[in-house]
Amino acid sequence: MSAELKPVGMIAVLNRALHDAFAADEKVIAFGEDFADREGGGVFGVSKGLSTKFGTSRVRSTPISEQAIIGAAIGASLAGFRPVVEIMLMNFTAVAMDMIVNHAAKLRYMSGGQTHVPITIRTTTGAGFGIGGQHSDMLEAWFAHTAGLKVVVPSNPTDAYGLLTSCIFDDDPCIFIEPLGLMRCQGMLPEPGHRIPLGKAAIVREGADVTVVSYGRQVGECLAAADSLAAEGIRAEVIDLRTVSPLDMQTVLSSVRRTGRVVIVHEAVRNCGVGAEVAARINEALFGKLRAPVQRVCGFDSPVPYSKPLETAFLPNKETIAAAVRAALREIQN
Amino acid sequence: MGEAKPNNETLLDIFRTMTLLKLHDERFRSLLKSGRVSMPYYSWRGQEAIPAGLTAALRPGDFICTNYRGLHDSLARGVPLRELWAELFGKATGACKGKGGPMHITHPKSGVMVTTGIVGSSMPIANGLALASQISGDGRVTVATFGDGASNIGAFHEALNLASIWKLPVIFLCSNNLYAEHTKFENGTAVERVADRAVAYRMPGVRVDGNDPLVVFAAAEEAIARARGGDGPTLIEAMTFRFFGHVFGDNDAYMDAGEKAAAMEKDPVPAYRQRLLAQGVATEAQLAAIELDIETQINDAEQFALESPLPDPLEVGTDIYAGQPA
Repeated sequence: MSAELKPVGMIAVLNRALHDAFAADEKVIAFGEDFADREGGGVFGVSKGLSTKFGTSRVRSTPISEQAIIGAAIGASLAGFRPVVEIMLMNFTAVAMDMIVNHAAKLRYMSGGQTHVPITIRTTTGAGFGIGGQHSDMLEAWFAHTAGLKVVVPSNPTDAYGLLTSCIFDDDPCIFIEPLGLMRCQGMLPEPGHRIPLGKAAIVREGADVTVVSYGRQVGECLAAADSLAAEGIRAEVIDLRTVSPLDMQTVLSSVRRTGRVVIVHEAVRNCGVGAEVAARINEALFGKLRAPVQRVCGFDSPVPYSKPLETAFLPNKETIAAAVRAALREIQN
Repeated sequence: MGEAKPNNETLLDIFRTMTLLKLHDERFRSLLKSGRVSMPYYSWRGQEAIPAGLTAALRPGDFICTNYRGLHDSLARGVPLRELWAELFGKATGACKGKGGPMHITHPKSGVMVTTGIVGSSMPIANGLALASQISGDGRVTVATFGDGASNIGAFHEALNLASIWKLPVIFLCSNNLYAEHTKFENGTAVERVADRAVAYRMPGVRVDGNDPLVVFAAAEEAIARARGGDGPTLIEAMTFRFFGHVFGDNDAYMDAGEKAAAMEKDPVPAYRQRLLAQGVATEAQLAAIELDIETQINDAEQFALESPLPDPLEVGTDIYAGQPA
């Protein structure tokens, strides 16, 4: 792959992915609150330039009406379009859950395959920015719990381009979560149209002693933890799930077969989170072959707090991840 | 109201649709009573004039998003009876392979894009279909049908607002049957007329007699012309009454005594039949032949549905995502 040499930021990468998708297929349309250039091109500027270049028929600002936004995307997709809608922050998807869960996810199935809903719901979220309990939640498990949806969380800008492009051209409804903590990250811009297959995890660091499974912003924390563990002689393998539904258990299981030890890390709260599903599937496949109980490092089971020390205590970090890895390694070997 | 004067062919089409809806509902309720089939069934008996009038005003390519009591819309739009009945029976030969059921009929070939079991949800999705038409300029219109109860849910208000500011080619058709499940219209709705809510969204809102198919036809024609002409949405409130409660098995205890009897006295289907005879549009023999033909089609559909195979249990795992064997 030829890549531009100059690193670019997450927002620029997402912006380029949208522009490239619009140029590639006139059936791609997009809308959301403050989304068109007249309103600033999105709250983070991800859609800047899009309405100017492709027109306000295909690129629109909407009222603050999440049900109407997702409903319009669903309807347009039934008629052959590929709508990409922006829900400003992930907590606001709660307002549109009927449209997402009862309709987008189920219309293919309930119609016996006569219709399908190729929409992409882009949204952003993440704790650590002092915006309190209703603007910070990672809610991916809600959607992973609904058959018919695909749930994608990139861990870096380069992946974000390929994963977003795949979501837009996928024939199923995709929830694409842009972690707030990655908005200022830099990465290389892939060539136009580059796609990363959905439902495929990536081994982002190889290691023989323990498997660390994560996704989204926490992948970076896991890599930082792996660096410090390496100084102690612990070789951690880090897997970035990229897609949390469907899960790529093949990649996870083949790593765990080698290491026998697993730490699962995510920012979302622990209770009934993606980590619980990954742990259960590891148990189903590898019970008796594990050399230590599966460890989870997750957001604290509370709403996301506002005050800095509380918010910091809520989040996993490289120290708590490293501690969990050491705990997994302390378990008596079989 | 529009100047629409339907010709005799249209008048008979409307009769055909109303008869189909009446006979289908009667047959189905009798089957449910016999215990031969069991399902959640939301009778529309008494509301036939609305889908019949609407459908006569639509073109073949137009879209509709309906709701769980809106099986009458699917029938009126021409979903093949065999596929529809087989779907109701949960058979593999059903329109949706038995995966949708009575609350989720889909048949894109007939323009039936969504049947929702969630009150109010037909409207935001109808907007999207209309948006597709607006962008592609294909000249279609989309109709969202719903009941009076749905005008109290948020989706109604979000959808009407968006349709208005984007001038979408969509028609919001409310069948006001005076009850939202068990709650009387006036006990659950802050306005006297659903149509009045259109004012808040700067679109025309009309209340019409939903028991007169020609009145519905005229209102629909006008709204459809406005939508196709790029002038945006219309809210139509068609006043009617459902004869058999919210869901099959309902005991109607929440209704005023005599209210239902009075409504049934004014049954729109025989009333329209009488009108066609009185105006000399058709003879008794012609109308009886239409009724017999529909009866025969229903017999055929029922037999087909009864004899069709149930789905293979392995079908549970198909049609969840793209690329799975269909």
